[in-house]
Amino acid sequence: MMAWKLAFRNLAGAGLRTWLNALVLSLCYFMIIWHKGLLDGWDRFARTEKIEWEIGGGQCWHSRYDPFDPFTLTDGHGPVPAELASRIEEGRAAAVLIAQGTFYPNGRMQSVLLKGIDPDQSVIKIPSGALKAENGTIPAVVGGRMAETTGLSEGDAVTVRWRNRHGAYDATEVTIARVFKTYALSVDAGQIWIPLDSLRRMMEMPDEATLVVLSRGSGLPGSLPEWTVKNPAFLLSDIDQLIRSKSIGGSVLYVALMGLAMLAIFDTQVLSIFRRQREIGMQMALGMTRGQVIRLFTLEGALHSILAAAIAAVYGIPFLAVLAARGFGVPQSSDSSYGIIVAEKIFPRYSAGLVLGTVLVIFITTAIVSYIPARKIAGMKPTEAIRGKIQ
Amino acid sequence: MNASNGPIARLSGLVKRFPMGRGHFTALRGIDLQIMPGEFTGVVGPSGSGKTTLLNIIGSLDTPSEGSAVVLGRSIGELSHKQAADLRNHHIGFIFQTFNLLPVYSVYENVEFPLLLLRKPAEERRKAVLEMLEWVGLSDKIRSRPSQLSGGECQRVAIARAMVKKPGIVLADEPTANLDADNSHHILKTMVRMNENFGTTFCFATHDEKVIRYLRRKILLEDGRVTKDETVKKPRLRRAGT
Ligand SMILES: Nc1ncnc2c1ncn2[C@@H]1O[C@H](COP(=O)(O)OP(=O)(O)O)[C@@H](O)[C@H]1O
Ligand SMILES: [Mg+2]
Repeated sequence: MMAWKLAFRNLAGAGLRTWLNALVLSLCYFMIIWHKGLLDGWDRFARTEKIEWEIGGGQCWHSRYDPFDPFTLTDGHGPVPAELASRIEEGRAAAVLIAQGTFYPNGRMQSVLLKGIDPDQSVIKIPSGALKAENGTIPAVVGGRMAETTGLSEGDAVTVRWRNRHGAYDATEVTIARVFKTYALSVDAGQIWIPLDSLRRMMEMPDEATLVVLSRGSGLPGSLPEWTVKNPAFLLSDIDQLIRSKSIGGSVLYVALMGLAMLAIFDTQVLSIFRRQREIGMQMALGMTRGQVIRLFTLEGALHSILAAAIAAVYGIPFLAVLAARGFGVPQSSDSSYGIIVAEKIFPRYSAGLVLGTVLVIFITTAIVSYIPARKIAGMKPTEAIRGKIQ
Repeated sequence: MNASNGPIARLSGLVKRFPMGRGHFTALRGIDLQIMPGEFTGVVGPSGSGKTTLLNIIGSLDTPSEGSAVVLGRSIGELSHKQAADLRNHHIGFIFQTFNLLPVYSVYENVEFPLLLLRKPAEERRKAVLEMLEWVGLSDKIRSRPSQLSGGECQRVAIARAMVKKPGIVLADEPTANLDADNSHHILKTMVRMNENFGTTFCFATHDEKVIRYLRRKILLEDGRVTKDETVKKPRLRRAGT
């Protein structure tokens, strides 16, 4: 209590110097929270997109299917198990059949993944309703990235060639019924979505599927023979890993920022030893113990961070609130390392954890940086301190 | 703690050596001395004779190399760091040549500081601080900062700060060295009145004739030894004014 009172008095008494330090520190708060909020907002957005467009509430894969090995597509399919079939019936799951093919957009040849999906599904955001279109050819939907790289647009017809389960080649025309916009590249690049029934017929794989997407909140099934259940955590593990590695990269910035701010505090505190040694000697003569001196100076330094938090709140909260509400514009495609095209607008996210965590980390760091010189101060002999003897 | 009839400080065979180069320098060479409650005494002697060293040991800011110094019943050489701080906190007031006010605090806060350390309740602090500031004639400057005060005013704040906790002994090391004659007389008269009014023991270290004239007992220190110790029956300037 007494230490708090004295620390406040010292801070108030130091006037301008206190405010300058606190201002530097407050910038530190602001930059960290602003930058981290942006990253968090983007991470959350990327995750949500992947869940809504691809993962749903989890997936069941045919046990021989491996998304990283296209050759498994030949064998990685089978009849949909009864439990999943009834879920599909109830609209709580959607079957996806995947096959490899080749197509010829604008005279070029390009390999492509053909994905069959039920036009009536509403489990993931793929606009499968557009696949109900009838005009003699098979309707198809593709993502914006795919449309861009192949030069296809709505209404275009394109030849698709594939090998069915007996190894026989066949070809047909598909018509692009819809180009959809998603930030989840994994349902976009290099693939064409067509009606599930069409693909099953083309492949001669009636009632079969490669994977089944479960709707969100519908719960995972127990173990199924020939099929494996993949929970959302597994399906999100690569994006989560990416988020983690990104946040480590971001931390370097924070460390640099903090380093600067801490230098200012440290400098002030170290200067204090020399400038204030008489004062401290006098405090000892008046009966302060070493522990009390250390506590007082540590607290005095650490209080800068509280003051800084208050200052940062004054200019930071309105600014960040506007940003969070309006979104923060970023140049298109500046970063596709998430496997996702960057949104043109990011809505930053400032969680209580982020704000409190930053305040806590800065408070503790300031305290440590203040403690070190405080300990040196307290180690002085009072007789020497009073005479201002040290250096 | 201490018996009020016993001495405030009892020094016997007190030796103080400071390390110096490969050997050491002996600043006090065997001091035997008693200071009784209520004394208005001073260690006088030329510069470098060991006055400050002696006062620092009595004030538990430093420790004896040999011999003993018992102050208010405590043996200075045997106190832990904390016990020494506690002794100073409760029972010893310091006044220095350089005032040593806490620069960022107001006059009021400077005087209040020892009472905060003693964790006195707010109301008691306020009363004591205002009383002392009245004693030293600074009631109208309680909000001022030390930088806004004259040297004489600063030393008066220092006196109020030393006295506010009503210590057993006040140690004043060259309190007038930075003051002109008028201010020197003013603060000495104040301390004389405090000594008479509160019975507080004062011990000076000085070579200033203006101070020496006020002392009732003069302990002459030369080259680390007490060479003369005389009690003045009737200090001349006591009532003479100026
Ligand atoms: N910390 C110290 N280290 C070494 N020598 C010291 C120290 N303090 C005082 N001295 C020496 O002890 C002698 C007495 O000093 P001091 O007590 O300050 O004398 P005075 O106050 O009478 O002028 C001086 O010669 C001084 O140089
Ligand atoms: Mg001296």
